Amino acid sequence: MSELIAFLEADKTVISRRPAIIADLAKLLPEACLITEERALVPFDTDAFVSYRRMPLAVVLPETTAQVAAVLKYCNDNSIPVIPRGAGTSLSGGAIPQEDAIVIGVSKMNRILEVDYPNRAAVVQAGVTNISISQAVEADGFFYAPDPSSQLACTIGGNIGMNSGGAHCLKYGVTTNNLMGVKMVMFDGSIVDIGGRALDSAGYDLLGLICGSEGQLGIVTEATVRLIAKPEGARPVLFGFDNSVAAGACVTDVIGSGIIPVAIEYMDKPAIEICEAFAKAGYPMDVEALLIVEVEGSDAEMDAMLERIIEIARRHGVKTIKESQSATEAALIWKGRKSAFGATGRIADYICMDGTVPLGQLSHVLQKTSEIIDHYGLRVANVFHAGDGNMHPLILFDANDPEESLKAEKAGNDILRLCVDVGGCLTGEHGVGIEKRDLMRHQYSDADLAQQMRVRGAFDPQWILNPSKVFPLDGRNGSQPGNQSAATDTRTAA
Amino acid sequence: MSEVETRYPETEQEVARIVADAFAAGLPIEVRGGGTRKGFGRPVQAASALSVAKLSGITNYDPSELVMAARAGTSVAEVEAALAVNNQMLTFEPIDHRPLLGAEGEPTIGGVFAGNISGPRRILAGAARDSLLGVRFVNGTGEIVKSGGRVMKNVTGLDLVKLLAGSWGTLGVLSEVIFKVLPRPETTLSVAVAGLNDAQAAEAMAAALAMSVEVSGAAHLPESVVHKFADVGVRGSAATVLRLEGLEPSVEVRRARLIAEMSRRGEVTVVEHQPSLQLWREIRDVVPFADGTMKPVWRVSVAPSQGHQLVAALRLKTGVDAFYDWQGGLVWLRMEADPEADLVRRYIKALGGGHATLVRADAETRTSVPVFEPQSGPLLALSGRIKDQFDPGGILNPGRMTAAV
Repeated sequence: MSELIAFLEADKTVISRRPAIIADLAKLLPEACLITEERALVPFDTDAFVSYRRMPLAVVLPETTAQVAAVLKYCNDNSIPVIPRGAGTSLSGGAIPQEDAIVIGVSKMNRILEVDYPNRAAVVQAGVTNISISQAVEADGFFYAPDPSSQLACTIGGNIGMNSGGAHCLKYGVTTNNLMGVKMVMFDGSIVDIGGRALDSAGYDLLGLICGSEGQLGIVTEATVRLIAKPEGARPVLFGFDNSVAAGACVTDVIGSGIIPVAIEYMDKPAIEICEAFAKAGYPMDVEALLIVEVEGSDAEMDAMLERIIEIARRHGVKTIKESQSATEAALIWKGRKSAFGATGRIADYICMDGTVPLGQLSHVLQKTSEIIDHYGLRVANVFHAGDGNMHPLILFDANDPEESLKAEKAGNDILRLCVDVGGCLTGEHGVGIEKRDLMRHQYSDADLAQQMRVRGAFDPQWILNPSKVFPLDGRNGSQPGNQSAATDTRTAA
Repeated sequence: MSEVETRYPETEQEVARIVADAFAAGLPIEVRGGGTRKGFGRPVQAASALSVAKLSGITNYDPSELVMAARAGTSVAEVEAALAVNNQMLTFEPIDHRPLLGAEGEPTIGGVFAGNISGPRRILAGAARDSLLGVRFVNGTGEIVKSGGRVMKNVTGLDLVKLLAGSWGTLGVLSEVIFKVLPRPETTLSVAVAGLNDAQAAEAMAAALAMSVEVSGAAHLPESVVHKFADVGVRGSAATVLRLEGLEPSVEVRRARLIAEMSRRGEVTVVEHQPSLQLWREIRDVVPFADGTMKPVWRVSVAPSQGHQLVAALRLKTGVDAFYDWQGGLVWLRMEADPEADLVRRYIKALGGGHATLVRADAETRTSVPVFEPQSGPLLALSGRIKDQFDPGGILNPGRMTAAV
């Protein structure tokens, strides 16, 4: 398909030095940590934003922080771009490589190093999967709160790169609110420790800056994360409505009433149908909009909260209320929701948007989204985190139809502009990557972006780290170091 | 230090002009909100001062969205009053430093975020920086820059919002802040355990935080300070206090569970709603050390299990009084005479790290003793590079945080 999004033009001199670079890398890492054969490189040519693919020069999978440092120093000394990679589940193309780049993957660094209950902290390597942290501490009554839908596969390193959220961050916050410290390799191979088990650190809040920096400030190899006491119980309840406006108003009223549920998820009719067909979760099929509201605590607490939420839902004309009667039913309800992206992938190709809007704008944005989709003659399924306004319209299209593919990308861009125009932002939890890079100017002024780029440069003077991402290629100041290759590559891929 | 001329711009554009002129002339500016924390940090040597106190007013507040936007100079009192009308609050309980520092004036919301000033609820709801969703600021060249926005989830670009929080006006002059607010809890109470020593208290607090009862405040008030609080529900011995907040039926359930666990450790009493509110305000504002003196006061942040060990080690060497918030991870130290900066910082390092800030001391001491924890190596260099990218002329609050930035 033809491509709307450009990458930086690959540096031909780097590519021409490939054999020598591979020989040098072989001196820095054990043989099993270096991937150079074309067939073995294919799994690294994209992430979950599969419309775009680029083969990297080589992939390294280090086993230690020292190895990461050695490779990064080598790349910086030789001006070779570096693409940090966790599990490759980015929905915005954050981990897609380029032909002149070395991918540094952290998947072999997958050990939980220490669990410290008195300080409610766990120290883990960057390649640990999100869910394995909660699994490791579950028996002792703790969990790690951020829970992106991809939590079975995605790594904590990737979560830090994108400041990942999830369904339960309405109550517990996103990665940045649950991250206490990192060990990070800087561009020149120096290793820094930021934060730790104290609740705040000295000096500037570098931890807050690094979280969500999309692999452009350094490579995180270890993280100290917050553990939270696991609630006694949790109960998701389904609320079906005849229209999206009533469902949206119910969300606002629940939040405004003083009750903060753990999660409020929204699904429209197409999303309900897709997820129910896949998960058999018992979702009501005769409603236009469905809310999954989860409360937690002891039975008495949950009863008290639900009583109030149900009263609010009734005021908004709720049509169906279904409480889960068992842990199995509760698990099915979440399985349906969390498999929304995968289940959608079974029936069509899709791109998933991630704009966040102020709560009061939910109904308006849903309405406008459907107008935009109609305009392009496409279909959409909406499934998202309503409690914090983080929308996820899934735009369905046929990837074999180049015209329809382009329409889908354009519709997605229109929806994101809409999110910004009503006071929201381009991305709530998936990151900018390449996907939203060229829309950054819709949200930020030149001065805003220039300030961000200067800070980025303070961490990576040559801009070797994930260079094609986040910042529009054409706006990069030519006087900035590392932008000699900022001529864009607008080729059409096969 | 003599008073310098202070300007009070009323618009963001005026702030930008003043800073741009100062940048062009290479003249340093002291950046201020209400000036109530002027005594905190290194004294700034500047040709003139800029106060945002008149750049004030709430600019956007829809209670059902749980978000407020206000110009930086809006007083904390005005923000809290507007929130109270809608039964909402700032989640992070900003400290009022006036009693401790003997300061006058009105704290501003911009000042609160510039200092990342967070109180007891930090252990459950996060610090000021966790509530801050968006900022507008004027950087050191006079450019107006925005970052973040008014939505809860936002990963669009680099998070300069976090960086500005706690930068004490050294990276930019905040002109507007947008922050998350939460409904006030329907009810609150505290469970107080009597007679624990500092080490036992640390264990008790860790045990409470490991329970699924959502403790929103965990402080230990040793015998030497407990009589300074109005009503702890405990007399004549140390009190370890654990706060619960939320819906009434929910707090009832959690109270019973917490009491059952804590009764095994010591005699338990319950501090009910109103006295509990008062108690936590006093813990927040460091009331035991608001003694009208200039005896040095440290704010130490360490792993919660290490706080009491630090105090025990210091007590062997010097005259010191202490109490604990944040499950033991926030230690307030009042030194009898000398601040003993080297000793305090050496012990913190030996206990696995953390940092100490000299919150109160006379100006002479604050010039000679590093007020904020000194950094070294690559992190020091990095902080310097970051400062240069915001304030290339080094004119914003020079020396406030360290001699370098």
